[in-house]
Amino acid sequence: MKKTALNETHRAQGAKMVEFAGFDMPINYPLGMLKEHEWVRGGNVGIFDVSHMGQFMMRGGNSAEFLSKITPTNFKNVGNANAKYTVLANENGGIIDDLIITRMADDKFFIVLNAGCKEKDAAWIRSNLTSDLVFEELIDRSLIAIQGAKAELILQKFIKNGDFGGNLANLPYMNLGSFILVDGEEVLIGRTGYTGEDGFEVSIRNSAVAAFWLKICAEDAVEPIGLGARDSLRLEMGYPLYGHDLDDSTSPIEASIGWVVSKDHTGFIGESRILAEKSQGPKRKRMGVKLLEKGIAREATEIRKNGKKIGSLSSGGYSPELKISIGQGYFAPNEVKLGDKVAAVVRDREIPAEITSFVFVNPKTKAVKK
Amino acid sequence: MKYTKDHEWIKIEGDIATIGITEYAAEALGELVYVELPKLGNSYKKHDAFAVVESSKSASDVYIPVAGEVVAVNDSLNNNPELVNNSSYQDGWIAKVKIANLADLDDAMDESAYKKLLQDK
Repeated sequence: MKKTALNETHRAQGAKMVEFAGFDMPINYPLGMLKEHEWVRGGNVGIFDVSHMGQFMMRGGNSAEFLSKITPTNFKNVGNANAKYTVLANENGGIIDDLIITRMADDKFFIVLNAGCKEKDAAWIRSNLTSDLVFEELIDRSLIAIQGAKAELILQKFIKNGDFGGNLANLPYMNLGSFILVDGEEVLIGRTGYTGEDGFEVSIRNSAVAAFWLKICAEDAVEPIGLGARDSLRLEMGYPLYGHDLDDSTSPIEASIGWVVSKDHTGFIGESRILAEKSQGPKRKRMGVKLLEKGIAREATEIRKNGKKIGSLSSGGYSPELKISIGQGYFAPNEVKLGDKVAAVVRDREIPAEITSFVFVNPKTKAVKK
Repeated sequence: MKYTKDHEWIKIEGDIATIGITEYAAEALGELVYVELPKLGNSYKKHDAFAVVESSKSASDVYIPVAGEVVAVNDSLNNNPELVNNSSYQDGWIAKVKIANLADLDDAMDESAYKKLLQDK
């Protein structure tokens, strides 16, 4: 099993380790999944090891043109320091992976993609790559997320100087800069995350990550958070998880992330289906499901309307914030609409539920400053 | 009190067995967010799955260690499932069963045997 540079640190902190996407990762620390979730939502700060994710750099004058072809997003119009959430689409308009691409310079882009898709994505990108571009994995770097209301306050203590005047208050949501830590270490910091809280993701050398992690953890407001709470935090926000809520047959329009398709943008892989669905509407669409009574509906739970199966959950579980079970799944818009009363079938029992928005908790991410 | 290898505990008073899951099991599951209680009046065979305990990560069956009829369920778990974690052997009991066959408990362990089982893990 693969290990991140923090493996020993997690063990020393008492983490329960599980296999995830081929990596030995912490599912929770001694605090426990539920309290870890509440810690992050409750005005504190959680620190997450997400070094299993793939970090890549693309260089070359035609990088923006190339990225505008392999994703539905027009990167020619994206300014320096801007991070965009988008998808790699296949010829059939299905999602190969969802990822975040940040423009570092006119001819340089930083790409972060899912751990479980890393090899597949890299092979796909390389098979389409033109010879003038360089695409390489940053294998010597770790990635950690620092998320929660006090994330800016905590992280700023460790920054000496850098882009945005060395001041995180100037770094808008979905932007990234280069910073020097007080110990001289150079890092990339993006105001991004997967929790719906304000927060950052820090790309740092493997050799420096453990010391940095422990210094952050030593702050009273900070607790390390495992993949378990990471999943319940993202589920409350309605963020899709690749391999569960997205796969290579699902289009971004079906997934209700049509905003990744830039206005008037054409010439990208998969455009015939994606643009047709965008104008005519998809046959199925990602929606939220909220249980109205107690019980937990997890992934693959059948959803019925008037006794008839209308779909199943692509992911689901308990929401510590709402104290009820929530989930998301794909349903036909001509059969199902928001507010419909449905049932989630758990162990042969129909639990009353409702079709809702998949955004169950309002995000507290900082709006982009214009 | 007696214990099973599936980490249930049983307290016997007359012909009534009170059943719960052990502190070890509760700890391993993590904080519970839902307990599906058995139906009052239902009868079960030994080792039937008669309740479900769910943490945020997983759902696990609870097996009835003795055949019998459910004569009481711990309704307070409906709103406070975490009682199973915080008071595994007292307030976190799951159900009381009228024992149909006491011999079902012949293979149950006493406290020292159960502790040894945990140590050997």
